[in-house]
Amino acid sequence: MDASLFTSMLFATVVAGTPLIIVALGLLVNEKAGVLNLGAEGMMAMGAVAAFAVTHESGNPWLGVAAGMGAGMAMAALFGLLVLTLMANQVASGLALAIFGVGLAAFVGKPYEAVALQAVPPIRIPFIADLPLIGEALYNQQALVYFSWALFWGLLWFLHRSRAGLVLRAVGESPASAHAIGYPVIRIRYLAVLFGGAMAGIGGAFLSVFYTPMWAEGMVAGRGWIALALVVFATWRPLRVMVGAYLFGGVMVTQLFIQGSGLQIDFPSQLLSSLPYWATIVVLVAISRNGNTIRLNSPVSLGKPYRPEA
Amino acid sequence: MPIPYPPLQPDTAAGPARLVLQGISKAYPTVVANHDIGLVVRAGEIRAILGENGAGKSTLMKIIYGVTRPSSGRMFWEGEEVAVASPAHARSLGIGMVFQHFSLFETLTVVENVALALPGKPALDALARRIVEVSERYGLPVDPRRHIHALSVGERQRVEIIRCLLQDPRLLIMDEPTSVLTPQAVRKLFETLRRLADEGCSILYISHKLDEIRTLCHTATVLRGGKVTGECIPAQETPASMARLMIGKELPRCEHDARQAGSEVRLRLAGLSHAADDPFGTDLRDLHLDVHAGEIVGIAGVSGNGQQELLRVISGEAPLAEKFPVQICGVEAGRLSPGRRRRLGMAFVPEERLGRGAVPTMSLADNALLTAAHNQGMVAAGFLRFGRARAFARRCIDEFDVRCGGTAAAAKALSGGNLQKFIVGREILQAPRLLVCAQPTWGVDVGAAAFIRQRIIDLRNRGCAVLVISEELDELFEICDRIAVIAKGRLSPVRAARDTSIEDIGVWMSGLWPGAEHTAGAPLATETPHA
Repeated sequence: MDASLFTSMLFATVVAGTPLIIVALGLLVNEKAGVLNLGAEGMMAMGAVAAFAVTHESGNPWLGVAAGMGAGMAMAALFGLLVLTLMANQVASGLALAIFGVGLAAFVGKPYEAVALQAVPPIRIPFIADLPLIGEALYNQQALVYFSWALFWGLLWFLHRSRAGLVLRAVGESPASAHAIGYPVIRIRYLAVLFGGAMAGIGGAFLSVFYTPMWAEGMVAGRGWIALALVVFATWRPLRVMVGAYLFGGVMVTQLFIQGSGLQIDFPSQLLSSLPYWATIVVLVAISRNGNTIRLNSPVSLGKPYRPEA
Repeated sequence: MPIPYPPLQPDTAAGPARLVLQGISKAYPTVVANHDIGLVVRAGEIRAILGENGAGKSTLMKIIYGVTRPSSGRMFWEGEEVAVASPAHARSLGIGMVFQHFSLFETLTVVENVALALPGKPALDALARRIVEVSERYGLPVDPRRHIHALSVGERQRVEIIRCLLQDPRLLIMDEPTSVLTPQAVRKLFETLRRLADEGCSILYISHKLDEIRTLCHTATVLRGGKVTGECIPAQETPASMARLMIGKELPRCEHDARQAGSEVRLRLAGLSHAADDPFGTDLRDLHLDVHAGEIVGIAGVSGNGQQELLRVISGEAPLAEKFPVQICGVEAGRLSPGRRRRLGMAFVPEERLGRGAVPTMSLADNALLTAAHNQGMVAAGFLRFGRARAFARRCIDEFDVRCGGTAAAAKALSGGNLQKFIVGREILQAPRLLVCAQPTWGVDVGAAAFIRQRIIDLRNRGCAVLVISEELDELFEICDRIAVIAKGRLSPVRAARDTSIEDIGVWMSGLWPGAEHTAGAPLATETPHA
């Protein structure tokens, strides 16, 4: 493999992994508070279409990202109302949200199907972007790529160094105990759900404004579900979410390259297309087999409704 | 276990009133949990709140601690009327509470757990040092860096107490604190509480154990059915007189006469070893035990020392790879399913009533079917005979005095004591050759507990072999012919109950029995990790 090919594949891998990282880290916070939101796909779709529409009308991609974030949060607020205030079943509500969001996005996005956006130029970080091999791939990227890294570091600090993160983990483990020592469990869960929605919206915005600057029905293409699976297989640890997302992106890019290169290989293309999914699962399961790690990191009360005693 | 310590007389304990309750009531949609409760706690006083399960003790404490709000009534704290809005408010007033079911977060460390309960944002390193200071001062050793799930129950309780002490409480509420401790750990806890009281802290001590209250508490308030039925100075009362206040009648006793056990071995554990399925479970290591016809053998131990695993292996929930380690009525049964073991004549009363002993949403008749179907001929040609199931459930209800809405009542609608009577009845009326029961009277009121114990003794008198696994030493000494101790997955030698004492068994519960394996120089472990 020559150097420029490596660089361009690394570039594509980072781009493919970025929306997964943003969405999965948002869901991780969501789930650490003990709320399982299966509606990521719907929130991403709404984020994508809102971001696209606003960018198209205003010409400003950052207004678009803000709109995507807002749309994701609105969807999450609806979900929060259902499961936190009305105590509806989280799995059923999440599935409904996914279906509803995808459908609504297709409906809202009809007028935008045939239009294209100007590609947003990447941001080049001086000096380190000149590094051989990796410089162009890592440091001449979209702003949201840098955002995903900042989000990762910020989340690591938040979960393990800040008091707010401690409270969040406590709420996800035992809401009854957290309530007994005086924390507002429902409010904290709302905030976590809204954060998850915001990140899903930004992830959607990345797809429609930066990744492929266009809107098409079904363009989220299951990434919401992948992000959900990533969080579980990564046993709720941010670093493993990163590894999983880039692994998925990397294998995806590699198999596309192989399929597109015209190499004469005797291998069904359908199996190649499925490679990213099962490769990610196999690797994450392999690194997360330790029962102790799972016990320590999985939010015990995940998916269980909690109503504080009056 | 009598502990020599002169309880203070009321006049020496009469400091200023710290907490006064007047006419506190709390009504839930279906029951009145507290009715017109009055209470005075003075500085430096250890006051017992005595009552059976369901008497309203825990509700009252939750009201004081701000977890729930009273329907009516007034509360005065150090002379001023307060309405405690939340636990955080209670803590800011100087009220601390150690819960019966611990309110600790298992996946967090000790210091993180403590930090969560403190106001402000204490730095974890500084806090860890304060934890060590307090733990040394009050004799509550605990390592602030460890995760809660790796701690024993006793250590967890220490963490809860330390968490309260760091807030400099002037009133400490202890909700049934000794139910999970060895007798030795209870004594250490009492020393800590007395030192706190000497320093002026008031303590509300909730319990239904009369001996403990008599040794520890200066004064007692007795609750029954949500009302105050009396106040007393425990040191001047007898257990019988306090029991009368608590249950409204004489304390029932079991009749248990010594008799010769049969020679037939109904349950034999022959070198039973088993690795726990749960990562934080306890591995069983080389257990040997014989239970003969016509005797009751008890296994004592602090919870989390392998009782769960042992029960799963004996009942058949966790079948072994080999046949010989578990022998039921002479058959090597190690690989048999629970149903096959029952057909050999074994009956089983699990620890959890709802979910293991009975299906909460199913009727009593259906629950009767679940274990008695074959034994009582409720199946014919593959079809269920519901009439027989109902008749059998009716017998259980009648003969075991189960208060319920008939055979169609859902299991979850029964109170804990009544459901337990039903489950024990269902097993005993199948006339088993071997009965295995875990915590037969856990969470059951005194009257029902005595009834259940008497029925178990009657069963043994009819020649059944009985194995009882319990954490209540008093119970084991009341009904057992022979007693062994399980600690860290190992089983002690079996002793005749009348040749040993609660103190001896208490020492054994730490794993220190004659001939036990010890590493030279290893610290004396008083508890073992508990999942």
